[in-house]
Amino acid sequence: MTAAAPARFGFHRPAAVDEAVRLLAEHPEAVPVAGGTDLMVAVNYRLARPEAMLDLTGLAELREWSDEGDAVRIGSGVPYARITAELATVLPGLAAAARTVGSPQIRNRGTLGGNLATASPAGDGHPPLLATGASVEIATTAGVRYVPVSEFYLGPKRSALRPGELITAVTVPKATGPQQFLKVGTRNAMVIAVCSFALALDPEARRLGTGIGSAGPVPLTAPHAEAIELPWSTPARFDNTLAAEFGRRVAAAARPIDDVRGTAEYRRHALAVCAARALRRVWTAAHERTGR
Amino acid sequence: MPDPATTPGPQDRPVAGPAPGRSDTAARIRDGAPQSEKDASSAPDHDAVRPTRGSGRLIGGTGRVPSGTVGQSPIRPESEAKVNGAFDYASDLAFPDMLWGNTLRSPHPRALIRSIDTAAALALPGVAAVLTAADVPGKLHYGLIEADQPVLAPDQVNYQGEPVAIVAAETLDLARRAADLVTVDYEVLEPRCDADEAAAAGEYFRYQPVRIGDPDTAGAAVVVAREYEVGMQDQAPLGPESGVAVPVEGGLVLHVATQWLHSDLDQIAPCLGLEPERLHLSMAGIGGAFGAREDLSVQIHMAMLAMRTGRPVKMMYDRAESFLGHVHRHPARMRYEHGADADGRLVYVKARIVLDGGAYASTTEAVVGNAASLAVGPYNVEHVSVDAWGARTNNPPCGAMRGFGGVQTCFAYESQMDALADALGLDPREIRRRNALARGDKLITGQVVDAYDPDEAPAGQPFSPLRDLLDRFDGIPVPPVPAGRDIVELPGGTGNTTHGEGVRRGVGYGVGLKNICYSEGFDDYSTAHVRLELGGPEHGGEPVAYLHTAAAEVGQGHWNLQQQIARTELGVEHVVLLPNDTRAGSAGSSSASRQSYMTGGAVKAACEAVRELWRDRDLADGPIEATRVFRHRATKPMDPVTGQGESHVQLALCVHRATVDVDVELGLVKVVDLTCVQDVGKALNPVALEGQIHGGTAQGLGLAVMEEIVTDAGRVRNASFTDYLIPTILDMPPMRLRIVENADPDAPYGLRGAGEPPTLSSTPAIVAAIRDATGLPLARVPVRPEHLTVGRPS
Repeated sequence: MTAAAPARFGFHRPAAVDEAVRLLAEHPEAVPVAGGTDLMVAVNYRLARPEAMLDLTGLAELREWSDEGDAVRIGSGVPYARITAELATVLPGLAAAARTVGSPQIRNRGTLGGNLATASPAGDGHPPLLATGASVEIATTAGVRYVPVSEFYLGPKRSALRPGELITAVTVPKATGPQQFLKVGTRNAMVIAVCSFALALDPEARRLGTGIGSAGPVPLTAPHAEAIELPWSTPARFDNTLAAEFGRRVAAAARPIDDVRGTAEYRRHALAVCAARALRRVWTAAHERTGR
Repeated sequence: MPDPATTPGPQDRPVAGPAPGRSDTAARIRDGAPQSEKDASSAPDHDAVRPTRGSGRLIGGTGRVPSGTVGQSPIRPESEAKVNGAFDYASDLAFPDMLWGNTLRSPHPRALIRSIDTAAALALPGVAAVLTAADVPGKLHYGLIEADQPVLAPDQVNYQGEPVAIVAAETLDLARRAADLVTVDYEVLEPRCDADEAAAAGEYFRYQPVRIGDPDTAGAAVVVAREYEVGMQDQAPLGPESGVAVPVEGGLVLHVATQWLHSDLDQIAPCLGLEPERLHLSMAGIGGAFGAREDLSVQIHMAMLAMRTGRPVKMMYDRAESFLGHVHRHPARMRYEHGADADGRLVYVKARIVLDGGAYASTTEAVVGNAASLAVGPYNVEHVSVDAWGARTNNPPCGAMRGFGGVQTCFAYESQMDALADALGLDPREIRRRNALARGDKLITGQVVDAYDPDEAPAGQPFSPLRDLLDRFDGIPVPPVPAGRDIVELPGGTGNTTHGEGVRRGVGYGVGLKNICYSEGFDDYSTAHVRLELGGPEHGGEPVAYLHTAAAEVGQGHWNLQQQIARTELGVEHVVLLPNDTRAGSAGSSSASRQSYMTGGAVKAACEAVRELWRDRDLADGPIEATRVFRHRATKPMDPVTGQGESHVQLALCVHRATVDVDVELGLVKVVDLTCVQDVGKALNPVALEGQIHGGTAQGLGLAVMEEIVTDAGRVRNASFTDYLIPTILDMPPMRLRIVENADPDAPYGLRGAGEPPTLSSTPAIVAAIRDATGLPLARVPVRPEHLTVGRPS
């Protein structure tokens, strides 16, 4: 019987990370696949035709996360559903973002490692990683290197990942205060972001972290917005004017385009609204937490 | 393959199983019987089509009232197979030695073809055939109404995605790669993409005016004039276009998923240069239709490849190709002017309606007729001037989709009724009530509203079906705003965009009027064959009715209904559905909300005939058979100058009330309640009926807030489910339904077609609710977040 099978290609299924990186070194054309929620869609649409694939689903070590004290090390193969279910307390921003990815089926398979490897500016995982200063753990046969996530994204679907390299984990600092993630889509679920925004507040360090998604060639931060003067000593003086100014600064940091999902003008507008709401929410939460 | 011994009939197999054969066609059709790619051993016994619940008391022929009759909701015969994945959709079919076909499509909306070079594709090992327009064996064009669409583009392409060449190869991947190797030398031309300009330049498939009275001199106390726009919606059936063509002795067997087998046959045979008798069409499992399977897709192409190679050829579109490979709902631009007296009674309506038919005729002609004849909705108005065009452009071809010309104008006229109500300070239901058509009133075509019980005359007034529906909302309150909502209950959902910030509530109404069955003088009929015989031991020696029709089960529950009708009319418990194929007479299309009426009517008539014969005969003496052709009452064409004419068979009404929460700062919408009151004449199967109302409403919701094929200079920008969004369970609220049964004395069981009306009325109801929440005029659907915030459409 004939079948709708694609052409033959190489398929490697390592059982351990060192074997995986060795195979990658030997077969640099091989594309790692974990959940397959991006890659296999591209293959089915013939946007990608990998000569070979490196199946990561046999690597149990990639599907674990561990408490590293001030941070959580999340194996690159941990699916979004587990991030939402298991890490919402320590990584609330990332967990909120994970909850917005695709459908339940996609969240059961899709991984943060895949999100990074694809490096789409619309990837939901990026803004909270930027807002919290996460770092990407990358392995080769030569060893492991760590890339701050702020240096990871180089262009639309381009990253600092080099041939032969495998993303093994992401280290995300634990929340030191309230975090928010807001994602705007034209449907109430299962939608690619028109734009998104992540905010992390560190009341002790008196610091804000930001991340902007789907409003530029790469996921962005908003340094000028992070530098906004906030009434740390007199939190009650926080007002809507301040929130709106923060929103304006975030919108100004975006570099959106018009596309089929939304206009650049709308993206800037929506980012301003989302950022103002996010700041009000984290400020209120931090104030309630410390002051009452 | 299932064991032949388990087949229920002496000669035939039931639906949901592979194709059977009998008499002279048996051999070749048996040759054409497919294998399933699925594990046959895990497939359920399709004999489970027989009803399973209780037996009742004595009546009629058998002296019994079986369960699962008309008015009840038995489980569908195909449900179990569909739920557990054993149902063979067209895309699941496979045959020994089968090739895969693929289509090369034009990347340009308009271009001349200078040359096509197929040598490289043919040279690829595993490629069996590469065919172009020069290889079409018969007529070069086909079409549902007018044969204007090339089987393969001969010397010019007129829309992006137009088929140029077809390939057959050993695998689908090879076929795709071979198609990539076909070199087409195009001379690219400037596409015509503006429907208004095209219509003005005389490039249209139909122009239909409607004229009554004198709107120019009719004085009005209040006038509202607005322009409206409806985007290009897609039917988005989940099952992609797919089928298999199998060469057999003397012809071809085509396994196709279509809404109308005989219309396919009539279009395919001339293009293949074959007598229709040499073609046997067998219905393959249909994964949704909504109008998208009226036009041909893979049919002629796979048949050409099978004829050329002598091997079975399968074609199956991927999602992107599906979006390019079927027609869409006509986008529309409409200018409406409504004049009313100080009490809100309509004085005149002027409307200019331009529908974009795209590159080829498809069903545009009929869609324009609906748009024109239903242009003011179910309201009384004496002075009317309507001009409706179906323009020819280089945009994607548009044709049938649920609602069929009624959807576009419904959005406009309902928006106009709300604008009038606003101008007069009237309640939206009140202005509709004051203008509602009643029995004996006339549509703008002069057609008298009948088909309601003449004895029903509340307070001495002629019965108004619309007032009846509107009044039923009195007892259904708008839902309250709950406290402490989870984000999934708010606009933006899990996007966490609002915890209540910026959220405002709005409520709106929409009324839809849809014609049921084919209009404008079309000879619309359906055929049913019923054979009643004594069953074997597997049926307990009881009578078994075998039903044979060509009617398409597109997910609406028609197979189930046929069985219900047979049980009702014959009093038998065991009803076996034979496969739908072209050995049966034409059933007409599963379109226009007509199949319960038409094939339901044919099955009823055939069963009644068998029942009559049964009075004088003993089944032990042999089977009793009858074939009946059922026709609805005749209709007339619309006058080409005045639009007058009794053009419609039956009218159906639906009213929606939408309640929405809008995040007015982000422009995100959450529809929190949809209440629907629909007159269905008779609820033949309440569960299926509710499903139709839910589904029709959801498609209207999609058009209201998200569904649009976006084109740029004739090119589709979102041919995927990533960017063509359809509602999810978080977008579609639970519904409250009030199903009204105002019987049509003319229709089988009094039914009114029910599948389309909710698709009309939910869109304007939702947009009215968004207007109520935001105060914005909103003249375009789908409403996008931009429209509610920064302003201009993308």
